[in-house]
Amino acid sequence: MRETRRVWQRLRARRGAMAGLAVLGLVAALAVFAPLAAPYDPALQSWSAVRKPPSLLHLFGTDEVGRDLLARVIYGARASLLAGVTSVGIALGIGVPIGLLAGTAGGLVDGFISRFTDALLACPFLILAIALAAFLGPSLSNAMIAIGVTATPIFIRLTRGQVLQIRAEDYVEAARAVGNPGWRIAVRHILPNILPQLLVQSTLTVATAIIAEASLSFLGLGQQPPAPSWGSMLNAAQRFLGNAPWMALWPGLAIFATVLSANLLGDGLRDALDPRAQR
Amino acid sequence: MLTLVGKRLLQLLPTLVFVSAIIFGLQQLLPGDPALVMAGEEHDPVVIQQIRQQYHLDQPIPVQYLYWVRGVLSGDLGESMRLKVPVLDLVAQKLPVTLQLAVMAMAFALVIGVSAGVLSAVKRGTWIDGLVNVVSLWGISTPNFWLGIMFILVFAVNLGWLPASGYVSPWEDWRQSLATTVMPAFVLGNSIAGVLMRHTRSAMLQALGSDYVRTARAKGLGGAAVVLKHAMRNALTPVITLGALEFGTLLSGAVLTEQIFTIPGFGKLVVDAVFNRDYAVVQGVVLVTATIYLVLNLLADVGYILVNPRLRA
Repeated sequence: MRETRRVWQRLRARRGAMAGLAVLGLVAALAVFAPLAAPYDPALQSWSAVRKPPSLLHLFGTDEVGRDLLARVIYGARASLLAGVTSVGIALGIGVPIGLLAGTAGGLVDGFISRFTDALLACPFLILAIALAAFLGPSLSNAMIAIGVTATPIFIRLTRGQVLQIRAEDYVEAARAVGNPGWRIAVRHILPNILPQLLVQSTLTVATAIIAEASLSFLGLGQQPPAPSWGSMLNAAQRFLGNAPWMALWPGLAIFATVLSANLLGDGLRDALDPRAQR
Repeated sequence: MLTLVGKRLLQLLPTLVFVSAIIFGLQQLLPGDPALVMAGEEHDPVVIQQIRQQYHLDQPIPVQYLYWVRGVLSGDLGESMRLKVPVLDLVAQKLPVTLQLAVMAMAFALVIGVSAGVLSAVKRGTWIDGLVNVVSLWGISTPNFWLGIMFILVFAVNLGWLPASGYVSPWEDWRQSLATTVMPAFVLGNSIAGVLMRHTRSAMLQALGSDYVRTARAKGLGGAAVVLKHAMRNALTPVITLGALEFGTLLSGAVLTEQIFTIPGFGKLVVDAVFNRDYAVVQGVVLVTATIYLVLNLLADVGYILVNPRLRA
């Protein structure tokens, strides 16, 4: 408990990380309370307001069928955050148990898992996610599964590495000496001690997952229209760059701000959790 | 030295086997009968049966896998269902375009990333250091497809300096080739420049704080000589290795960049294949990129051993 407070104090001293946390909090609040925050229905089309530049009536302007861009950016946060958090949840849910198994079992099991992880890591992240999403079929939930599975090897490798490091610690030796079974040592003694590293990696992977979801939606493999997502909004914007550049500006800025905030928070967390690694 | 390379080559083999199993496994994710998917509009049972036999779909999955691996090993990556040409030919045709883009992007990333990283370490704690940190975070956090769209808006639509899309081979007209690839290459290299900046900075800080740099300074060597001859030489080895590993990121990034700038490379090939349900092409592209990545990984390891005599023992 005291350690948690100390980490929080160190995190608070980092302006970048706090700014990141604040922006992420704001984006999350907008996503949850989208019906209250959005000035219009994000699917409401208006043929009298097609591709209107930003004005008092439509602060971010309107798109090619007269939908309010501010409302769509606010609702789009739902898809992005949901994809970021769910994919990381999938990656953690699969990666951590497998990593724990590899690290504690050793031998053939470890060799098998490690080679499989190497193989997954050898396939470029986005290409594998695209291939998976394509084979599973285009939808937001399949995109989340594809991104989650693609991000899994990072967590397997991280967990395994941490387990190998911690396994030699005295308290793990002591737990083994009093006759605790392997799985109990892994779950009760090793897992709590690698949580900080997993938290840092999760925050940074949320950033990667948000970009990946936007990329898949941009290609038409994520959130399906008319539901709004930042990636698909950018795809539509590409066709009207010459006469409606604002259509490309806002969703891009939203992705950038969210990803930057997650990266800032992840960096801050890493420094706060490991004061020796301070730059 | 040779034993070490041999050992790494041997380690590569099981990884390649797993890569091939993953890529083959993708096909099993297809809902329904793959023969029906491959047949597309065709509903004639005779044709469907023919497809089943041709692709050994009537055999158990492990047997299908072995047939597939045998094909891959003899250079047969299957045939594009849409274009009716061998996947290997398509790959050979499109890969050079993406490689040109990737090499240019890596050159941008190395020049910008390394010089900014070195500068940031030398000027630690100053506004220059702060600025480099901001720029590197910007590079890492900007989705390259958005940056591409913004660049098109500014440099093609508004200023009219560069073409918005298209590709010309350097063998046809190198100036035009440069004009069509400079913007996408910069966009592609942007995020890697950010990563390299960070790593160069931390490697340089470590090198600048080491004993041999202190000794060089104590001998009366000037600041530039210490930085360029002593610190940088040692700091850059891991950075260049990292550069080789970032090649996978470049190939991933190329998918969207090529889509935005309508460049007929590897990335565009895979996206078009995805939308036309041309699964053999998707599998071929993933297999080739993964193999390139693994080979680069191996070369980076060997290079690292070559420049670091302590690892040769």
